[in-house]
Amino acid sequence: MPPTMKVLIYRHSVVTRLTHWINVVALTLLLMSGLQIFNAHPALYWGQKSTFAEPWVALTAVERGDKMIGLTKVGPLTLETTGLFGFSGNETRGFPAWATAPGYRNLADGRHWHFFFAWVFVLNGLVYLSANSLNGHIRRDLLPTRNELAPRHLWHEILDHARLRFARGEEARRYNTLQKLAYGGVVLVVLPLMVLTGLTMSPAVNAGQPWLPVVFGGRQSARTIHFICAGLITTFVLVHVAMVLLSGVWNNLRSMVTGRYAIDVEGDAR
Amino acid sequence: MNAADTRRGWLKGAAAGAAGLWLTACNKVNDNPQVQATLQSAEGLTRRAQRLLISRKALAPEFTDADISRDFRANGSISPGDADYRKLLMGGFADYRLVVDGLVDKPLSLTLAQVRALTSRTQITRHDCVEGWSSIGKWKGARLGPLLDLAGLKADARYIVFHCADSLGGGGPNGRYYESIDLIDAYHPQTIMAYEMNGAVLPVAHGAPLRLRVERQLGYKHAKYVMRIEAVADFAHLGAGKGGFWEDRGYEWYAGI
Repeated sequence: MPPTMKVLIYRHSVVTRLTHWINVVALTLLLMSGLQIFNAHPALYWGQKSTFAEPWVALTAVERGDKMIGLTKVGPLTLETTGLFGFSGNETRGFPAWATAPGYRNLADGRHWHFFFAWVFVLNGLVYLSANSLNGHIRRDLLPTRNELAPRHLWHEILDHARLRFARGEEARRYNTLQKLAYGGVVLVVLPLMVLTGLTMSPAVNAGQPWLPVVFGGRQSARTIHFICAGLITTFVLVHVAMVLLSGVWNNLRSMVTGRYAIDVEGDAR
Repeated sequence: MNAADTRRGWLKGAAAGAAGLWLTACNKVNDNPQVQATLQSAEGLTRRAQRLLISRKALAPEFTDADISRDFRANGSISPGDADYRKLLMGGFADYRLVVDGLVDKPLSLTLAQVRALTSRTQITRHDCVEGWSSIGKWKGARLGPLLDLAGLKADARYIVFHCADSLGGGGPNGRYYESIDLIDAYHPQTIMAYEMNGAVLPVAHGAPLRLRVERQLGYKHAKYVMRIEAVADFAHLGAGKGGFWEDRGYEWYAGI
């Protein structure tokens, strides 16, 4: 086996690192204040208007004997989710107190947090997108090539991921295809969708840009898509953090703080 | 109690303790006045950005009769118990007068018949509640712009205040519902004092005899049970000084988002 040595490569630009950590704060508070806002009317609909008798998602509570039961309805399904959704901390509430900002019920404060960090998020995102479009980071590192999208190649990568077999050496210089799809999908699709569906809920924006509610199939549909995207982002973050922990937590953290990422290279190859 | 139970109890206690600490810390941050002031600076940014990017005359989307909600939700006051209002209601609003005063050249006191005779507009629009839900309704009412011109706004009038008959916040001077909008929204073509809903007389639950429709803002701006329209230079002297019942309770004055 040839000797290997650790080499620090410069992986993340200062713009990427800065916007990444600002995004951590902004998205955390957007999610928590978003759940506070959702709790003011914990039901989702499709279309322009609310069909109160038949939401497609609803977090409710019912009395059973002398106990309150939290219920989560999704389409035809109804699940008992006491303590988490519908009823928690001895009160009827969609999401539990620990997940909302502020913890107690206050829609006005939730909206203040949400719109402040919406601005932080949008301005931060514009900095990220403009800098990384200009320097080629998005095209070079985030958009998958045709070969990478071949089903055979994708399947191979999925198996590697499932076996927790991570890229080593030269291969670790670049993102693998699943990383590209996840990062690119979040950065270029889900996060922009979040902004657009958010704006679609604004009655003033509806007047200025009437095509927005049309594109999303109505304001209530936009609210639903906003919620689904929040779920997708949360799922992405959970998987992302798990992968960071599994694939070398210090190396990953260092690269997102200082920009330097260590890879093993054979011999003295640089 | 065996070891596993003890351990589970300890874990539960630790989790509850951590959650409690987390909540206390979060709520402390939320209650800090400086944090609140910083957060609320975003409202001014949002208002300026929307006013800059959206034409003053841009119309809220309008819908067709087929889109009208059969379950239009009535929120806030739905049957005011205020004695003055009950008396007017019992009399079929025959004694109702819409007062228009403040910074105007010619104060008005109009009967419902006179309001109905003013330039009207009918629109089918979507009502977006701050809570997140939407309902679609058809509204007919007197356009606010021409109504204000009838009274003649003085040069220093900057806001239009709507004084309502309902006390959503209980008794006392701060319990009465009120709202305020600026002249951009006051003169917007879709801003009307509605007396009809879905082709019938405006029901009590939705603000009879007269309610404001200001279609590019959220539901709480659409004052119901309007008794008096006042033109003012600023609204600092009203209620808690924030320009509206819900504004005094922490909600944004500019509710375009």
